[in-house]
Amino acid sequence: MKYFVLIWAGLWRKKTRTILTMLSIMVAFLLYGLLQGVNQGIRATLNDTTNSRLWTSSKTSAGISMPVSLLEQMKTVKGVTSIAHLSFFGGFYQNSKNPVSVFATNVEGLAAVYPELRITAEQISAMKATRTGALIGRPVAKKYGWKVGDKVPIGTTIWIKDDGLNGWAFDVIGIFESEPQFAASPLSSAFWINYDYWDEARRFDNHRVQQFITRIDDPTHATAISAQIDKLSSNSSDETHTQTENAALQSALKKIADIDFIVNAVVYAVMFTLLFLTANTMMQSTRERIPELAVLKTLGFPSSAVCALVLFESGVLCLFAAMVGLLLSAVAVKIIGSSVGATIVPSTVVGYGVLIALVLAVISGLPPALRAQRLNIVDALAGR
Amino acid sequence: MSAISQIAAVSAMNVRSLPQRLGTSSVVVIGIAGVVAVLISVLAMSAGFIRTLQKTGPESRAIVVGTGASTELVSVLSKDSVSLIADSSGIAKGANGQPLASAETVLIVNLNKRNGDEASAPVRGFTDISFAVHPEIKLTQGRLFKRGLTQIIVGKSAQRLYRGIDVGSQIKLQDSIWTVVGAFESNGSARESELIADEQTLNSAFHRGSGASSVWVVLDPAGGFQPFKDAITSNPRLQVEASTEKDFETNQSDQINRILSLVAYVLGGIMAIGAIFGALNTMYSAVSVRSREIATLRAIGFGPVPVVISVLLEALLLALMGGLIGALIAWGLFNGLSVDSVGGGFGGQLIFELAVTPELVAIGFLWACGIGMIGGLFPAMRAARLPVATALRAA
Repeated sequence: MKYFVLIWAGLWRKKTRTILTMLSIMVAFLLYGLLQGVNQGIRATLNDTTNSRLWTSSKTSAGISMPVSLLEQMKTVKGVTSIAHLSFFGGFYQNSKNPVSVFATNVEGLAAVYPELRITAEQISAMKATRTGALIGRPVAKKYGWKVGDKVPIGTTIWIKDDGLNGWAFDVIGIFESEPQFAASPLSSAFWINYDYWDEARRFDNHRVQQFITRIDDPTHATAISAQIDKLSSNSSDETHTQTENAALQSALKKIADIDFIVNAVVYAVMFTLLFLTANTMMQSTRERIPELAVLKTLGFPSSAVCALVLFESGVLCLFAAMVGLLLSAVAVKIIGSSVGATIVPSTVVGYGVLIALVLAVISGLPPALRAQRLNIVDALAGR
Repeated sequence: MSAISQIAAVSAMNVRSLPQRLGTSSVVVIGIAGVVAVLISVLAMSAGFIRTLQKTGPESRAIVVGTGASTELVSVLSKDSVSLIADSSGIAKGANGQPLASAETVLIVNLNKRNGDEASAPVRGFTDISFAVHPEIKLTQGRLFKRGLTQIIVGKSAQRLYRGIDVGSQIKLQDSIWTVVGAFESNGSARESELIADEQTLNSAFHRGSGASSVWVVLDPAGGFQPFKDAITSNPRLQVEASTEKDFETNQSDQINRILSLVAYVLGGIMAIGAIFGALNTMYSAVSVRSREIATLRAIGFGPVPVVISVLLEALLLALMGGLIGALIAWGLFNGLSVDSVGGGFGGQLIFELAVTPELVAIGFLWACGIGMIGGLFPAMRAARLPVATALRAA
């Protein structure tokens, strides 16, 4: 500890240089923590098998429908507490520039599977009473200024009615307001309509739905229950594929880009650049101080102590800046990560970060430290 | 001595002494190279996506989808609409006098990539006339599917990406087994990411009725797009919209283009901040190492402006070198690299090659110059303000 003053003095010998180096190390670890944090967060949810909601879609493709009759069979699976189903309507208001995410559903099931939506008992009975009813999320109501009692015309690019036309109209019977932490979900800003009415009125694909969402009693049984649900339809013409809600969301995300590759490439690029920068700073700083280090040796500091001084100096620089950078990344992930399902930087990422900082400190500190150790006092003092 | 010759003299002196400061100077170069490489690589993804969607056939074509449909996947056209569209004016005629109008169903099926990941592959239905509408589609392997049979041909890129769809293999889609009988190429267009089967067989296997998702037409070369569009929109029995192939495909890339640009600029921006710190560090030390020389110059009559400009020029030179190296890295590693993505409106997995275009290289150099300027400005000002007497006395 008594050497700490020396290390401190060495670091602040050139303030601008030390601060700038620290800032670039901080930026690098901010990027590292942000990218790896988000990436690992995604991977963690991907592998998360303990989930209280299961999504079932057609094995062939999520866009292909399944018989609605599967619902009754799914109810018999042990552990299933409630089931919602939904079908994509693909609506728009007035023209295609104003898309509205309309889904046909069984409202009672939906309310049970997604308590986060906070659909009230009155809204459920109102939907039952009005076949052409629509239960809409607060955001969509606000966007188009719709109120309870409005009759809203909705266009669609897919669903032709029995009369051969595609002009649909729904009566807004209720506006629901989901829990704040669930507000980002597309379901919170959806426009829900009665499946029964819609199925009767549409011309094709009748008695089929696009997706089942099941709530189960014990999240740890998710894998087993998924397998049982899929077994119901195995070898039929409508085989299903069931996975946890998180897994389904993340696999959709993964189809967009090979996130792993991008993250790793960027992190490597950043770390390489950083290594170069820090190593350079350390070498430069040692070079300038050779006479001072020689004085230390003259005063009786052993060579190993001088070597350790330089090494510790680079260690303090790297570790301190890396910690601040990681801290900043934790804040950043908390703010922006929720949109991709990551809210904290996992401890393994932080651990590796600290490890990288140590390696960085050793690689950039060792050559100048060794040089300091081998210093010949007479030559150094003479400026040779 | 004029200002310009002063600037030239000091700058030349700086540049000549660069090799002595190789270590510190390379911090700027490598830092900026990293920023530029990341920026260009991510933008190259977007550019490659757009380029693939904009590869079209030899003829000028138009596509008709249901009103409001942004992609073929969410468009449904009834059988009546399909024949009304095919009978419209403005469509070129084929060899036997038939209008060159191809009704196609597009749907998505799950396939596994060769690495095991799940992916969404588009499957398209073709009728006999379709190949005349898309003459750029050519078989490279095997043969065509036979009408009425569950046979399928696969695009060149799709074949490379997915496992289990080599010619001769069988895949289960919905309730039927499909045999892969051939592979095709299509001038590098988006079709190469798709699988193509007989339209009617596809519709019945997937219970899709007798309609289609879209109608592709070859435009009558005499009139072009407008007469056809007018004919389609003026027909009161049709609720559809027509766009040229180019416009339609460009719209498909809007969303992914926006996402990738955001990623590129956010990542590049954060990295650039780091690189600016690195550049500042280097240039400050370059100035401090030379404070005696600078003071000497000032003492013999050089003005502060040439000193500032010479430091800035040095930073810019290093930045340009960094930009060049970064662009070369991006080009060498990623140009032509095949990747895939569900691209916004495209719906299915689009397979495309990263494209490092001249515009992207220009953007990279612009960023490099920006970083170099900021990193050089403050040290340059310090150099100019250097108190001459103190600097001369310093060891």
